[in-house]
Formats: sequence, structure tokens, C-alpha cells
Amino acid sequence: MSILVGKDSRIVVQGITGKQGGFHSTQMLEYGTNIVAGVTPGRGGVKFNETVPVFDAVETAVREVGANTSIIFVPAPGAADAVLEAAASGVSLVICITEGVPAMDMVGVLSYLRNSNVRLIGPNCPGAISPASLCRVGIMPSEIHSSGRVGVVSRSGTLTYEAVNALTQVGIGQSTCVGIGGDPLVGTSFVDVLAMFEDDEETDAIVLIGEIGGNREQEAAEFIKSGGVSKPIVGLIAGQSAPPRKRMGHAGAIITGKSATAEEKIRALSEAGVTIASSVEGLGEVMEQVLKGSSA
Amino acid sequence: MGSNPTPSAEKIMKLHEYQAKSILASYGMPVPRGGVATTPQEARDVTRHVGTPAFVKAQVHAGGRGKGGGIKLIQSAEQAEDAAASMLGSRLVSPQTSLTGAPVSRVLVEECLDVEYELYLGIVIDAIAQAPVVIASKAGGMEIEEIALEHPDLILREVVQPTVGFRAYQGRRLAHAMELPSTLANPVADQIMRLYKAFVDKDCSLAEINPLVITKSGQVMVLDAKISIDDDAAFRQPDMPGLRDWTQEDLLEARAGQAGIAYVKLDGDVGCLVNGAGLAMATMDSIKVSGCSPANFLDVGGGAEPIRVAEAMGIILADPQVKRVLINVFGGIARCDDIAEGIVRAFSDSGKDLPLVVRFLGTNKDEGIRILKKDKPNTVFVDSISEATEALQEITSR
Repeated sequence: MSILVGKDSRIVVQGITGKQGGFHSTQMLEYGTNIVAGVTPGRGGVKFNETVPVFDAVETAVREVGANTSIIFVPAPGAADAVLEAAASGVSLVICITEGVPAMDMVGVLSYLRNSNVRLIGPNCPGAISPASLCRVGIMPSEIHSSGRVGVVSRSGTLTYEAVNALTQVGIGQSTCVGIGGDPLVGTSFVDVLAMFEDDEETDAIVLIGEIGGNREQEAAEFIKSGGVSKPIVGLIAGQSAPPRKRMGHAGAIITGKSATAEEKIRALSEAGVTIASSVEGLGEVMEQVLKGSSA
Repeated sequence: MGSNPTPSAEKIMKLHEYQAKSILASYGMPVPRGGVATTPQEARDVTRHVGTPAFVKAQVHAGGRGKGGGIKLIQSAEQAEDAAASMLGSRLVSPQTSLTGAPVSRVLVEECLDVEYELYLGIVIDAIAQAPVVIASKAGGMEIEEIALEHPDLILREVVQPTVGFRAYQGRRLAHAMELPSTLANPVADQIMRLYKAFVDKDCSLAEINPLVITKSGQVMVLDAKISIDDDAAFRQPDMPGLRDWTQEDLLEARAGQAGIAYVKLDGDVGCLVNGAGLAMATMDSIKVSGCSPANFLDVGGGAEPIRVAEAMGIILADPQVKRVLINVFGGIARCDDIAEGIVRAFSDSGKDLPLVVRFLGTNKDEGIRILKKDKPNTVFVDSISEATEALQEITSR
């Protein structure tokens, strides 16, 4: 089945006529993703790539072509509005790629979404990809992915690609890879995705990639410890060499207290039974060992 | 490591105390009588208006100023002039600045108050609550980190429901929990509501009053204030550019901030240029594990055009501590040939020739390698981060 995105996903791209939206829509289509519509207010009626109808509003895309998943490339000033429009228009999953959304905008969006059944991934994330169904709803390079039974969840972008590459190189394919985003305020947490992987029949093991800042990794560790996940997990935490109180690019990646350090996160995850990979390149081999151990 | 704990320019913009107070005053929060001076003479004149005794306070983007001699009590306008003369033009070193300190180009002269209570008030956006949280404590005057360490029970929190905002009852609840006389509950609640309004209107990532004092005559007053603004909201905060003080940042960090590049100066000698924050951190980790030491964190970003890469590389080359450079790019949106072009440009602009280790993967990798081979023939090309760190070690031992 994979999680979040797959063969039943009918994608609408918000911001399809923009530079980023257009570039990645082309890549997603080439991969095999079922993009059923694009939305750009004021550009309704044109076709993207001569095949994909563009509408003025998400609700039209839902009504006319049955879109159920939105991916957002709208620039930051309009991103929160785009998420809310998607959520109010009947899609069940919204993936917001946009980087730099003001925190106060996300406070409003997340407060609204708590009272709805719509799931938001991101913002500031690479999206999600399920290789078996050739469904890429994001900006990750397609070619490093391979179909298989390991789920990947991460706060990062390129580090996730590096990890996926390491898995593919040792012959370990992926069920779904999800980037939850590097901001402190995101719609979906590690715990949410871990629970989905636990329930997914096509996922046998999980890779969790965290980094310094916040305490989402500890939340995940608590969830795992309390029996939320029975499948084996390999963890990687970036930022072990980062000094305190320096923001490492991601708005969320800053050591502001003891619990935000890589050391503490590694300790919490280890205690919960997660096998920690010491480097991203070694991650493939570590997963190989873990899979051998769990099948023995 | 850790010798330079000033947060970087990335993602937030810090304000000076006098700027924060001027914003809070515009929201109706009482601030002490005072004025800003940029010369000792001006400080003397301001003091005549303010009256004595008064405080002369250095304006720098760091706390702990008192411990670094940045806050002085003066009894006369002449003393104010002397205090200002000793601060202005110097660099203030406090527990929260780098070892070289932060430059003082302004002082704030402020009246002295008879203080009865010192409270801590702060608002931040809490990632777990996914909402603004008002933090209050009756142990004001100490840094919040110290309060958390020494009196965790004295830290109070009120989560704000964003649709209705911070309400008066929550302010009264905090006032009662801080054991203030009940006559002060409403005035304190009123101040917190004003602070919350400023927090939202100005897209703050932090609004902190420490301390909020209540004078012996029962007046509530903002004695010290810290505000940081969410850089991501710059598009709707037209006052932001005028409030920014790049001189408070590390020079190279300020240069990176102006170019929109995420860069943090560190203590090592391996300059790193990476695309993606997570990968940049992981790369630094590997360098460290191999026994070398990164000179910086640098995320050149997704759509890295050659000109932007050249600026990023230029910043790395401008750091005199850098002795060798590692490029690690996982091409996706970023194209390896664009990165290569930018690198070549920066090396030729700087005239420097440092050993270069390059690991390219993904979009236009071969083209990128070709460009570098032509213009930087000594470049060591590697296929993985571990090979990269080995190459760096070899360079050192040569």
C-alpha cells in the first residue's frame, strides 16, 4: 500500500505555472505521477505541458477532475493561504514544499487544521514519494529511489536523498520516503509518520532522520518506547558537531537547551531500541544488519 | 567550539533594547524616561533631560551586559558623559557575546526607578503547542535560562489560542500565580495583552521583557526588553530593514545574511560548501569524526545560481582560518555545473589557491567535474563523504 501517496493519489499542483512548480511538475510527470490538475489563480483555462488542465481554484480541480492530494509551490507570502484553500476544497492531503513561511502564518494554519481531517506535510519539505506506484509528490531526485519495503521519514531534504541513495546502493528499496520539513511548526510529526509506517503492510523497517533542535525526536522515542512501533528502526541524527545557540540553516535546527542536542536525541532513541547509524553513508549497511537480525 | 555563541543572522532579526522599547511604547506600554546617544556629549545632554541618578546602557545584541560593564549607574551628567565615552566605540564582551565582543555605537540613558517587584515576561512560538506561549515568572531580572535551572517551579506558561488571542483572564491568572497583590492583576494582564498584540503585529519570534517592574508607587514599567523578528515575515514588515544592525553580526555572517545564504562561522580550518542544511550538518559531523574541524556551516540553498555560489564560496575564502575546502553537493534543484562555475569564479576573484576536495552527485555532475578539472586542475574528486574526509586528512598530512 505504501503511505500518504500511491496509486490512488490524484495530484493537483498549486503554483504549477511558476518556475519551481513547472520544473517539478514536469519531473513528477516524467516519473509517472498522476497529476490531474494545476491551479494558478487568474490562469484558469490554460494547459500545462499540453495535457494538464489548469484551474483558477482548488475546488474546481476537486470537482472537475477528482483531485485528492495537493502539492504547493506557491511563494511564501501566499503559501498559508494556499494550504487553507486546499484544506477547504476537499483534498485530504496537502504537501507544502514552500520554504520561508512566516511562523505566525503556520500558527493559524495548524490551528485551523486541528479541527479538520486534512493532513498537512511540511512546509519547507521535499515531499513524499512511493516508488512502487511511481508516485512522486515532491522535489526529490527520482533516480536514487528504488521500490522496496523500508520506510524513510526525515526533517531534512538533501540529507534524506543521501540516506535513500545509501539504501538503494546496498539494494534496499523504499516503500515511501517522507520529508516532514525543517521548520519548528509543521503539519505532520515523526510520530504521525511512524504510526502510519507501523500500520503499513508494505513496510518492514523504518529509517528516521532527525537533527538538532526542538524535541520531536524525543517525542518519537517516547512513542516507540510505549509500543507505538514494533518494526525495526534505524536512526540518524545530524548536527553532532554543531555548537549551541547557532541556527544551522533550518529554522528548527538550533540548540537552545539540553534536549535539543544531538547527543540527547541519540540517547533517547537508543533507549527506545532504535539502532543509530553513525554516518549517513553507513546507513545502508546498518539497515542491512538490522533486517538480517529481524528476519533471523 | 562554542566560543562564539551569538546566534546568527539566519532566520531572525534581533533588535536593540531602545528599538524594542520604542515599539512597545507605541503599544501603550510604559517605558522609563530616557534617550539614545551616539556621542558622549549627547549622553550628557540626554542625561540633563532624564535627570539623575540614571543608567547608561550599551546597546548591543546580547544579554549579560551588566556583567561586561555595559550598564553603569551614574549620578551626574558628567558621569554619564564619562560612562558613554568608555562604552562608545569599544567592543562589549559579555557572557553572551563572542570573545571579541559586540561593537557599541549607541548608549541608552534611562532614569532610575524605585523597584518593588521584578517580573519576567516573554512570548515565543512553541513548536509542541503549535501556538504562541506566554511565559511569566516572579523571578524577573535573572536570565530565563537561570530561572529554569534554579527555580523551574517559578516559571509559568499560558498557551495562547490563536483564534481568540491572549485574554485578560489569562493575564490575571499569571498575576495571581506570581503572587502579586490582587490590585495589580488587571494592570499586569493589560500589559501582557499589549505585548501579545505587538508580538503578533510585528511577527516576532521572541518578545521578552526582563524585567517588567512594578515601582514602589505601583506603576508598571518595561525596564529591559528584547525583541527578535521572524525574517520570513520581512515581506510584510516594512520597518525591518531600518531596524537591522549588521554591525552586531560576525562580519562574514553579516555578509552571508545580506546574500540570503545560511552561514555560521566556526573555529576549524575546513571550509564547507554544501547544499541543504541537514546534509551540511551531516557533512560537518563526518569531518569532525575524521579528526578534522569544520570552519563553517554553509547551506548554499536549493536553486543555487553561479553568482550565489560564488558569493558563498567568496565568504569561505574570506575566512583567514580556512586552509582547505570541501564541496559536497547532492544535485537536485541545484545543478553541479552551476556550483562549479560559481566556485571557479570565487577562486579567481579572491586570488587564493587552497586545496579543494569536491564531491558531486546528481544533476549535471559530469559537467560540473569537467568545469573544475579545466580551471582548478588540482581538485581532488571523490564519490562519497568518507572519501572526502580521507582526502582532507591526506591534505593535512602532506
